[in-house]
Amino acid sequence: MLQEAAFTEVKAESSPVSGADLLIEALKKENVEVIFGYPGGAVLPIYDSIYDCNILHVLPRHEQGGIHAAEGYARVSGKAGVVIATSGPGATNIVTGLADAMMDSLPLVVFTGQVATGVIGTDAFQEADILGITTPITKYNFQVRRIEDIPKIIKEAFHIATTGRPGPVLIDFPKDIAAAKTARPDEPEISLPGYQPTIEPNYLQIRKLTEAISSSKKPVILAGAGIMHSNAAEELKVFAEQQNLPVVHTLLGLGGFPADHPLFLGMGGMHGCYAANMALYECDLLINIGARFDDRLTGNLKHFAQKAAVAHIDIDPAEIGKNVTTSIPIVGDAKEALKLLVKQGGKPPRHVEWMAKLDSWKLEYPYWHEDVESPIKPQRLMQMLHEKSKGEAIVVTDVGQHQMWAAQHYSMSAPGRWVTSGGLGTMGFGVPASIGAQLAEPDACVIAVVGDAGFQMSAQELSVIAEMNLPIKIAIFNNHSLGMVRQWQEIFYKERYSHSRMPSQPSFIKLAEAYGIKGYEVHSETEAGEVLEDVLNNREPVLLDFRIDASENVYPMIAPGKGLHEMEGVKK
Amino acid sequence: MKRTITLTVLNRPGVLNRITNLFSKRDYNIESISVGHAEQAGVSRITCVVHVENDRVIEQISKQLNKQIDVLKVTDISDQAIVARELALVKVAAQPNNRNEIQSLIEPFRASVIDIGKESMIIQITGETEKVEAFIELVRPYGIKELARTGTTAFPRSSQRPGQTKSCSLV
Ligand SMILES: Cc1ncc(C[n+]2csc(CCOP(=O)(O)OP(=O)(O)O)c2C)c(N)n1
Repeated sequence: MLQEAAFTEVKAESSPVSGADLLIEALKKENVEVIFGYPGGAVLPIYDSIYDCNILHVLPRHEQGGIHAAEGYARVSGKAGVVIATSGPGATNIVTGLADAMMDSLPLVVFTGQVATGVIGTDAFQEADILGITTPITKYNFQVRRIEDIPKIIKEAFHIATTGRPGPVLIDFPKDIAAAKTARPDEPEISLPGYQPTIEPNYLQIRKLTEAISSSKKPVILAGAGIMHSNAAEELKVFAEQQNLPVVHTLLGLGGFPADHPLFLGMGGMHGCYAANMALYECDLLINIGARFDDRLTGNLKHFAQKAAVAHIDIDPAEIGKNVTTSIPIVGDAKEALKLLVKQGGKPPRHVEWMAKLDSWKLEYPYWHEDVESPIKPQRLMQMLHEKSKGEAIVVTDVGQHQMWAAQHYSMSAPGRWVTSGGLGTMGFGVPASIGAQLAEPDACVIAVVGDAGFQMSAQELSVIAEMNLPIKIAIFNNHSLGMVRQWQEIFYKERYSHSRMPSQPSFIKLAEAYGIKGYEVHSETEAGEVLEDVLNNREPVLLDFRIDASENVYPMIAPGKGLHEMEGVKK
Repeated sequence: MKRTITLTVLNRPGVLNRITNLFSKRDYNIESISVGHAEQAGVSRITCVVHVENDRVIEQISKQLNKQIDVLKVTDISDQAIVARELALVKVAAQPNNRNEIQSLIEPFRASVIDIGKESMIIQITGETEKVEAFIELVRPYGIKELARTGTTAFPRSSQRPGQTKSCSLV
């Protein structure tokens, strides 16, 4: 018996593992379900271990597609998206996705291949200084220098990516280290003495906020994506109802609070609604929960919430006071802070007049559009998508006018159903991100709302959708133009449409068919209704080329440099 | 206004890159930065002197630095009693006939001559930035051939008297 135990121990010690095997084992320990990766010379040893590793591997048709898919997966699942790219061009192809994930606080763990340690720094074939390139656009990055460090580095990478304010972490993996063999290292322990996110908010600050709420006359909550990251949608609702507080969402916050709730005012910011923006402008107490006061939300800071005391709950202390002077700073996790606030249960404000005013704004100045049968009005189309999918779809967008129409007209009633590139505004995000979203929730109805231009930045990923038979509904809002650019040129550049129109386009239907995906060209509202009825309920991918009114603009709008109270196009 | 920040950081590859990157990314105006090993193994101490317009900016800088994974501690020591020193090497044009004259300037500054050539001499001076700059201006008329400065490195003094602001000393 004793002898046997000794024997197996010796055996375990004497069967060495490769760096690549250690990588795969570490991913399994983190319960990784899917890898978005693209092979190449420097990652061949890793791919040899992937060959029979039993983790789903998705091969995008461009590394940028891979990392956007990982972002979509992370946004919907709340887990880290995992990406592998080879050295040099593979690594530089993921730069846009890293910047995007950094801006929108999405947890990613990204592996890049690197040339062998012996030739690093010699401009070897396919060498790129990816640590240097990605330092400003990652939460952290590592380069593996010793094979025995692999389990520890990967454990730390997942920890950093998914805790505190989430973000992308990159691990640069020299080829020789992936290929090398070692005795199995000990179970790793995280040692990050400089990284200790504050989770528990300061009780005194919570009390200060409770008192400020009780004595306010015009309070409003501004809720951002921090609600989703901390899984606090339920707590937000309980808190808002307990204190009878109106709620405004940022673009990325949509879904954190139910859109049909009487306390919901709508989205704020450049293309937000009147009631939301005027509430932010007029309020005397602004409670920011997990938003970062982005300039597309605040408009000109000189006019932003000037009459208000500002409270800001954020897990990242550096966000507090960055753009807006804050009198009640609360560093901590949104869920914990909201729980404490509810427990405090202070006296709700006496704000009957304010609530009446907000209600009248909501009633008087909703989003508006014209009713025309053909060409299709994009706002109406968005509403139809909402109706026909019963408001339950996961909506993934690209960037441009269609993105704003989706935000305005697809009312989100639950968290984790809204996937969009907010901070970086990355065209080409939509189609690949929808792949990740569908993989995170295989049974959900996923709609990719994209423009005709952005679609063409990542159309090659149709191949993945077809290959995996993902039932994604791609809705192209086709206006034969770079719509949002065209709109700005119309309004701010005297209709001088410099390179923003695309009169000649391929047949998107034929393109879809080339990949084996069914496509429909849709010209009128009636046709749209019929097609949607048909396709939204089946489990096949489909591409819908909606010919929308090319002259349509997104309103209301706040021109750059203007304040939230200077909205244009509020009414017909 | 000028502020002095000290940081202790884990001595990991890329840490200095992350910090200098942050300064340029956030458009902070940095006057000097000096780095070296601290008392603890694996830890480095960095001293940054920055120019900022107001307190809000310095607060932002501290928070952004603190947010870096490898940064252990950030302290703005500008309002404390501190010991701050930098070292400069100045190569001054010097002919045999004015060497003595230059020597006489050096003494009150407790600078020292560490190399003498046919037409120049190298002077080493340590002290607070103001002192170093005063000395450089004094020898400038003789002709400065080369100049190298380390940037400030600083500590809080052992005893901080309450209400005491910055104490300056010449040496
Ligand atoms: C990668 C990238 N390049 C350029 C832009 C600038 N940009 C923002 S919206 C837009 C037009 C998008 O056109 P389309 O995809 O057709 O969508 P639409 O606005 O027409 O709905 C452009 C060029 C961007 N956001 N991202």
